[in-house]
Amino acid sequence: MPKEVTDVICPFCGTLCDDLIVSVSDDNKTILGVKNACAIGAEKFNHQRQPGRVKLPRMRQADGSYKEISYDEAIDWTAKMLVKSRKTLMYGWASTSCQAMSIGHEIAEKVGGIVDNCATVCHGSSLIAIEDVGVPSCTLGEVKNRADRVIFWGCNPAHAHPRHMSRYSIFPRGFFTVKGHKGRKIYCVDCRYTDTAKCADEFIQVQQGFDYELLDAFRTAARGEALPDTVGGVPKEKIYEIVEDLKQARFGVIFFGMGLTHTMGRNHNIDIAINLTRDMNDHTKFAIMAMRGHWNVTGSGQVLGWQYGFPYAVDLSRRDQARHQTGETTSVDLLNRNEVEACFYIATDPGAHFPVNAMISSSRKPTVTIDPHINCTTEISDIHIPVALVGVEVGGCAYRMDNVPIETRKVVDPPEGVLTDEELLTRINKRVDELMAKGGQ
Amino acid sequence: MAEKKITLNMITCRTIQQGVGMEAGKTSQKYFDACTIMHMHTDDMKRLGLMKNTNVKVTSSVGSVIVKAVETREDLVPGLAHIPMGPWANRIVPAYTFSTGEPCFKGFPVDVEIAASERIMGAVEVLQDACGLIRK
Amino acid sequence: MSEYIIKNGHVFDPTQGIKGDKKDIAVKDGKIVDKVGSSAKVIDASGKTVMAGALEVHAHVAGPKVNAGRWYRPEDKHFDSHKTAGITRIEGGKSIPTVFKTGYEYARLGFTFAMEAAMPPLYARHVHEEIHDTPIIDEAALPVFGNNWFILEYLKNHEVENTAAYIAWILRQTKGYGVKCVNPGGTEAWAWGLNCLTIHDPVPYFEITPAEIIKGLIEANEYLGLPHSMHLHQNDLGNPGNYKTTIDSLKLAEGIKATNNFGREQVLHSTHLQFHAYKGTNWGDFESGAKEVMDYVNKQKNLTIDTGNVTLDETTTMTADGPFEHHLHGLNHLKWFNVDVELETAAGIVPFIYDPNNAVFASQWAVGLEIALYAKDPMRCFITTDHPNAGPFTRYPRVYSWLMSKKVRDERLNSFKKADKVISATNLANMDREITLYELAAMTRAGPAKCLGLSKDYGGLKAGMNADIAIYNINPDKFPSTGPEIEKAFAQVAYLFKSGKICVEGGKVVDMGHKETFWVDAKVPENKQVMHDIKEKFLRYYSINENNYPVPESYAPHQHIISVDASQ
Repeated sequence: MPKEVTDVICPFCGTLCDDLIVSVSDDNKTILGVKNACAIGAEKFNHQRQPGRVKLPRMRQADGSYKEISYDEAIDWTAKMLVKSRKTLMYGWASTSCQAMSIGHEIAEKVGGIVDNCATVCHGSSLIAIEDVGVPSCTLGEVKNRADRVIFWGCNPAHAHPRHMSRYSIFPRGFFTVKGHKGRKIYCVDCRYTDTAKCADEFIQVQQGFDYELLDAFRTAARGEALPDTVGGVPKEKIYEIVEDLKQARFGVIFFGMGLTHTMGRNHNIDIAINLTRDMNDHTKFAIMAMRGHWNVTGSGQVLGWQYGFPYAVDLSRRDQARHQTGETTSVDLLNRNEVEACFYIATDPGAHFPVNAMISSSRKPTVTIDPHINCTTEISDIHIPVALVGVEVGGCAYRMDNVPIETRKVVDPPEGVLTDEELLTRINKRVDELMAKGGQ
Repeated sequence: MAEKKITLNMITCRTIQQGVGMEAGKTSQKYFDACTIMHMHTDDMKRLGLMKNTNVKVTSSVGSVIVKAVETREDLVPGLAHIPMGPWANRIVPAYTFSTGEPCFKGFPVDVEIAASERIMGAVEVLQDACGLIRK
Repeated sequence: MSEYIIKNGHVFDPTQGIKGDKKDIAVKDGKIVDKVGSSAKVIDASGKTVMAGALEVHAHVAGPKVNAGRWYRPEDKHFDSHKTAGITRIEGGKSIPTVFKTGYEYARLGFTFAMEAAMPPLYARHVHEEIHDTPIIDEAALPVFGNNWFILEYLKNHEVENTAAYIAWILRQTKGYGVKCVNPGGTEAWAWGLNCLTIHDPVPYFEITPAEIIKGLIEANEYLGLPHSMHLHQNDLGNPGNYKTTIDSLKLAEGIKATNNFGREQVLHSTHLQFHAYKGTNWGDFESGAKEVMDYVNKQKNLTIDTGNVTLDETTTMTADGPFEHHLHGLNHLKWFNVDVELETAAGIVPFIYDPNNAVFASQWAVGLEIALYAKDPMRCFITTDHPNAGPFTRYPRVYSWLMSKKVRDERLNSFKKADKVISATNLANMDREITLYELAAMTRAGPAKCLGLSKDYGGLKAGMNADIAIYNINPDKFPSTGPEIEKAFAQVAYLFKSGKICVEGGKVVDMGHKETFWVDAKVPENKQVMHDIKEKFLRYYSINENNYPVPESYAPHQHIISVDASQ
């Protein structure tokens, strides 16, 4: 008899929906179906039963092919690599649990690693801006219950956070928002008319790369000062009109994404968006929130935060000090400048998502990649170690885009013999200790 | 008279099909179909004399990649092109971060030429090839 | 387990009335015992001061706003991120230490327990993850209730039983310790950009007043008989003239008797009182209201307070008093962090530089010291810095030096750039009292333990109590006379025993001990109404499911659960 597991947390994006219902075979081995997930979440759970799961570590051979090795061999090779390397990039973490991250950090501190997470190519710009100017924000439930003006700026939740609009930002009927969609005015600012823009009441087309100027113009308009005829392609009358409307809000919120973090200006784009939000608090209540991409990149930032004091790009390579300086300790820069001696990737695929020049540099270093599946990075690594799917085959804590922590659940057993991240990292940690004791370090 | 090569402003973004494809697996057909495309505005396709669903060669300061040009569902403006994030997009994304850690994923110039008979590489292949890891 | 005999130390233990007599303390199997065998390890404490491990009654050390503070202040780690040789991890952060540093530093100061002052229930898992990673010291956390929608609705109709049932449910879901109330009503108003500055300002929409919230929470707390009392951060924090609101708030406790099986006598703990003891109408005519406030506190035996001493450092303010932080940001224009938490609370963070050259900040420093020096009963007045709001907890030794030596504090007072202005705006210059070691033991050990309902096993050196013991390199017969010497003496213990294990020796961490997470499990009669309301609100208003709300057991591997039976 199949059974249903309720209140399942989806381990895909920062929306961290926690209302999934997964049907599971009686023997706890197969996912039969999933309800309430978006297309991407559904694919993740349904993919679990596909054949061809990697069950043993794979080691690259001289002829480019991969051969299966035992976990012990893989762990030994990895530990030796870590101990030998004076500065190892330990990147990823955004798709594993906080409990696993904690063990990884212990290893990094011992061997001199640089712990960086996916924020480095995602909301790193936002974190830099927050370090400079702070941020007035709220939890997603506040948006649901109070927000009557919502602005999506440089983000496309219809594609990247598919249930965000129905769970929090456009459609829900909350305590003070019983009219739901009809009680909210939705704006969408983007360089193209996205599927999210189609859900908005008003779409503002900004010239690609001119978001900073437009945000600055919003601030200027909010102070009642003069504007040029157009800014970023938007006529000044429209800017004044929108700002006046925003001032009438009871509770306004700005959601933003890669349209601001990736484009020219980077952190300055977010800096000024935050300052706009702060300015708006002189008139009414306003909040701003980063649309965090991965389901647990925020969690990695939290664990790094409470253990070392920084949200990402934490350089522990001196082993007696934690350092953080974007541009110096961020992964792409380290690879660009060839500053690491080994690469340790976990719960990520930089081979698919880093610019190729960084990966060319990476491919020349001894590399271990830990991932449930074969991906781009595993195929340029020396060793690929498979692990259980977190949030599906093993539980663990995750942090949503508004920093709310939710403990993900185990829904089915992992394939026979496959370790979890926690188990694997614990064994690597132990082997590192043994090697270091022998080597007298 | 169609131009041989046009210059466009490139952005690389998430799409839901790319997300689904990623979960199906990086070596899956779904992923390939979702990420080996370049969304273009019809005006730009006309400038190039390009029929939709034709392969094109896209070149940036970093290098070149072959993808299939498609008409976009989400409107672009003329001059703007979009390849969904993935190893094909990143084959041409400039790595410079301006000391922010963030490469130029969105907003860099590319030249686009028709390459109708050129083959699109696989996900692993396009990366391994760039890294010089494919034995011929 | 090991046996120890701490020989010849000068013992200060208010739970037994020992005021510095030389006495041996015997430790066995984690407890203080009457005597141990001859194989017990001898710890020579001659010429040293022996006290129970100290208890931190109010600090912000674990949770989402603490971590947000860490994230957005990379500069706080500048010059202060290091690892000492030995078994410790990398330590970082001056005003907002990382969890490793927090545990080590408290232990080095002689503390064995810390209370996280404000836990937003929705974020409880985060608080416990940080508590889990904080080494050596036992910890607990106080969930916040003063702006919670359930509380506002129940207390509007004066439904004390429902309030108590909901509190008990939250304590179990969040593994919380007691009832914290921050800026009652004002933080819900802040979700609309507003505030409640007096105890009679109604909360928008909910139309309940802070007075009703405070009174109702005190009653619910006593209905449950919790080990700790209602713990209050009053309205109108930090504003000149707020002493009136403070006394109005404290008056709400009049006539209420403590009901509990833990030896607790207070029904209201008023926290970081320094920030709430200001006279005057603006920053120009700002004056100390410490005397007025303490005159009231001294008369009311059912109150306890903690000081919230300003340490004159660059630090970080962080509080669930969201509107206050926005206001502070308007004053000093330093980066502002804010988060409104659905149905529950909010938090704000702003860095702050208590520049001694500034007359107002120097006066605040004086107010904090006056609070302690006016206190007639050291068992009811505890020393804190509302870490990190008025200063980092690592400055406790400095605070002790100001309290224990008139000479040291007068040196500081008279050397202020605006000394004349500070002296005329405050009472400190005329105060001769010097806190003694015995009084210090009451204000940092016995008093906080009793206030928290832990006096049976903590805060003293009686046989049967937990062997949490701090031994300082202080010879009471030759008490140091300069500020730096007093600070040095308190900054690094000679020994710290935590549950009978030596965790710190000579100021160096030598063992991580076996910390426990304390929480209170209160049993109440079955309450179908409250369970229905909870289900309803999760379905309609919360952004997570009810089944994902509780803190899983794995987050607190070693729990110290205090059971309370209020089911009559």
